Amino acid sequence: MMDDENSGGKIKKFLYLNRKAPYGSIYALESLEVVLIGAAFDQDVSLAFVDDGVYQLVKGQSTDGIGMKNFSPTYRALEMYDVEKLYVDQASLEARGLTEADLLVPVEVLDSAQMAALMAEQEVVFSF
Amino acid sequence: MKFGILINEGPYTHQASDSAYQFTKAALEKGHEIFRVFFYHDGVNNGTRLTVPPQDDRNVVTRWSELAKQYQLDLVLCVAAAQRRGLLDENEAKRNGKDAHNIAEGFRISGLGQLIEAGIQADRLVVFGD
Amino acid sequence: MLLHTVNKSPFERVALQTCLRLSQAGCGILLLEDGVYAALQGTQTEAQIKDALNDKKVYALLPDLQARGFTADKVIAGVQLIDYNGFVDLVIEYQATQAWL
Repeated sequence: MMDDENSGGKIKKFLYLNRKAPYGSIYALESLEVVLIGAAFDQDVSLAFVDDGVYQLVKGQSTDGIGMKNFSPTYRALEMYDVEKLYVDQASLEARGLTEADLLVPVEVLDSAQMAALMAEQEVVFSF
Repeated sequence: MKFGILINEGPYTHQASDSAYQFTKAALEKGHEIFRVFFYHDGVNNGTRLTVPPQDDRNVVTRWSELAKQYQLDLVLCVAAAQRRGLLDENEAKRNGKDAHNIAEGFRISGLGQLIEAGIQADRLVVFGD
Repeated sequence: MLLHTVNKSPFERVALQTCLRLSQAGCGILLLEDGVYAALQGTQTEAQIKDALNDKKVYALLPDLQARGFTADKVIAGVQLIDYNGFVDLVIEYQATQAWL
């Protein structure tokens, strides 16, 4: 299996730190592509949505008018890839007038201390 | 110690590639190992051999190529990000029916799995971007 | 403990503010590229850096400061100035590096 060859059996704590809004730049979409590929490697993966990154998860995205692909349904598919730890920064949500009910997938909302603790335990942080 | 480097921006527009180069060079000169330098997003533009910067400026692309030659660095451009942005090696150009290829010396094109592998194998992953 | 890197001017983006809010006591914060403007005295963000210095280490990349026209004497007391060799050492010293892009 490809996974074992590449990982040498190591399991690390991987954090994907998402701080950018979708569509205005490609970072959110290409970050998601890394998450999907990375899922095959059986690492201990968490996704954090902070600052404008919380906009990636907003319900009701409809991109027909801008001629770009709506990739937001992919967040719902993450579960099938065993990517289940999605964390959202509470302060970032509140600053943008959003609540958990505005998001298109189940997430765990963390206060600042909890988010800081989650980040502090990581071994590899991918920022896009 | 073994480092993995991720570069998310192309040359000249952002400082990311310059900072990454200075960091990588310093690490190598201190005797550390660079497991891989992975170029993603617009970072793939660091791997085109068609850049022609003014003569009084640094050449970001050839600087990477030369460092790769000196230290046998593994410089990898993400294939999906590269294809989107018109970066093709000979094989990809042929496969996609394009009439040219433009990968600079010392770079190779491969998949995102190479980035994940760098995250796993390297002792530290350092990300440069905007 | 994490080494946080911030490469944005605090006057343009929220990277530094969020980094300060979501980093723990004992961590390191490295200011580089446009992030070095936060290391200077007399700015609107000086108090935030001074506050961070109470329980975190703050570093700034001297070559980036010098490139932008500033010298060591303009830097907030307690902010440690390093070069690229020092950057490499910091990455080794901390368990992982988190970039606030």
